[in-house]
Amino acid sequence: MGAPSGSVLAATFDEQVDSFFAPVSEWITTVVFFAVPLEFIDEGVALPLIVVWLVIAGLFFTIYLRGFQFRAFKHAIQLIRGRYDDPRDAGEVTHFQALATAVSGTVGLGNIAGVAVAISLGGPGATLWMIIAGLLGMCTKGVECTLGVKYRNVYPDGRVSGGPMYYLTKGLKERSPRLGTFGKVLAVLFCIFTLGGAVGGGNMFQANQAFNQAQSVTGGEDGPLGFGAAGAVFGLVLAVLVGAVIIGGIRSIARVTDKLVPFMAVFYVIACLTVLFANLSAIPGAIWAIVSQAFTPEAGYGGIVGVLIQGFRRAAFSNEAGLGSAAIAHSAVKTDEPATEGHVAVLEPFIDTVVICTMTALAIVITGTYADDASDAGVETTSAAFGTVVDWFPIVLAVAVILFAYSTMLAWSYYGLKAATYLFGESMIVDRTWKLIFCLFVIIGASSTLDAVIGFSDSMIFLMSLPNIIGLYILARVVKREINGYRARVESGEILPVAERT
Amino acid sequence: MPESIVVGLDGSESSGRAADAAADAARRHDLRLVLACVVPWSPYSFTTAEENERRSVEKAREAAAAHERVLDPVVARLSEPGDLAVEGVVRHGHPAETLVRLAREHDAAWITVGRVGQSRVRTLLFGSTPSSLIQLSPVPVLVVP
Repeated sequence: MGAPSGSVLAATFDEQVDSFFAPVSEWITTVVFFAVPLEFIDEGVALPLIVVWLVIAGLFFTIYLRGFQFRAFKHAIQLIRGRYDDPRDAGEVTHFQALATAVSGTVGLGNIAGVAVAISLGGPGATLWMIIAGLLGMCTKGVECTLGVKYRNVYPDGRVSGGPMYYLTKGLKERSPRLGTFGKVLAVLFCIFTLGGAVGGGNMFQANQAFNQAQSVTGGEDGPLGFGAAGAVFGLVLAVLVGAVIIGGIRSIARVTDKLVPFMAVFYVIACLTVLFANLSAIPGAIWAIVSQAFTPEAGYGGIVGVLIQGFRRAAFSNEAGLGSAAIAHSAVKTDEPATEGHVAVLEPFIDTVVICTMTALAIVITGTYADDASDAGVETTSAAFGTVVDWFPIVLAVAVILFAYSTMLAWSYYGLKAATYLFGESMIVDRTWKLIFCLFVIIGASSTLDAVIGFSDSMIFLMSLPNIIGLYILARVVKREINGYRARVESGEILPVAERT
Repeated sequence: MPESIVVGLDGSESSGRAADAAADAARRHDLRLVLACVVPWSPYSFTTAEENERRSVEKAREAAAAHERVLDPVVARLSEPGDLAVEGVVRHGHPAETLVRLAREHDAAWITVGRVGQSRVRTLLFGSTPSSLIQLSPVPVLVVP
């Protein structure tokens, strides 16, 4: 999806933005996605170390906590149903709200565009690896959210701030003073990457895909959004809408999207189910394609690694497990037991990747749109899949994409703000400067090409996992103690559901 | 034996009349008066991260505003003669469910609320506290027009 051509002057604007941006993105992508060549398997196969880093973390914590994410499931449901919430706590942030907030930040384009990219590049088999990555990610997310709550800051006025920067600083210092200095360095690095991730994946990627989708449903390059500077104009409108909420404090807009996004998510799943039911007989074949091609793709062993990498990479981008972003959203929950939020957080990658991404994947595989060269890998592939069943559905999907993109931008502006205030202190100047920069990048994102944007956003978001996961390893014992201690007290009856308390 | 009458206050004129009617009855039956202002809130509402971060601050602010604007003037007015035990409570939650819970906690003889008089369409779409109370309450409900 290149810069649309129209008036020469206007096209130059988009191209200028892109030509400035592409080399920066290219350099960062090369560094972050440094891949080890695996020529003993097959020629041209390479393994990006950053993906290995995330997978190993998921595997390590799954083994270390003896499959905590699977054991946590039942209790997590009890917690979000409020069975353990004391009625005296009413009015504060519940487990349900913390989960819903974090999910609305992650359910978005990764579930629609990311899945399409994974399957277009890696084939149907990528889906299975995506699901496995989701199941492993559940554990990592449980770990980071437990720590997020344990080491959060509660200010005298009652506000709560948490996230990796706080557990990296406080948690590591608790282990030893020398580690405290190291923790501070990690926290600063995490914040820098979060600022980049907020600007990239949380902003430009969203703006870019929202524009592509809006342009696509309004008639492509021949439609009203086909002129040269359309990207910049669309970005400007979006920036004003984002700015109205984050700078102007017009919460009413945010409230509308916050209500709409969960409904859109439910609607999206219903739409996926519609596609699946319309092709009921094709489902066994699609499942077989997903399972068999995950292990024996036509390209041979090299293909397996390629498929695996695509699946894991897109899953991590979609559910953000290991990146630490969700720990920021989950930290405000009202609880005295950090492990409760760890339990609840495992549901997030499950909803995001195992349920929603799998739905998208099945719709794409069943309708076969991933193999169609007519549409670019991304939202258009998913849109085409839905279009095979109901021809007006791509329009609804476009609305969903723009809303998802918008709510994700709002969520990431908050994550970025928390990183900025951690780095530069809580002040109005920091607050306003960050928000203005954020809005500016909405415009740049909408005018830039997909490749440059995806590369930059992936890089920054994946970099967040470096300091975060180092911290998780160092604090693994703390998490184990918290989780096992809490579970033992629930199992022994020391902690009872509210209804059973005397 | 019941000990109190619970009155739901929302700042409207009719809820003021409900409080007056309940005060008369409380004097006659020698009951305490529990004036309750419920800030509508659901644990299942969707919020932004920024709202979550400030929720406890907001909760305190909402409670203070409910006290100042709705509850305290009525408590002061009804306590002034000095012949009645009056208590003011602010809670967050579903208005009807919370009033029922308060009625149980305070061993109420009945619950008194004012009638808002909203349109049929509005009631159909959003329901009303008196009609929900009638469905939920284990004690009688007195609706004052």
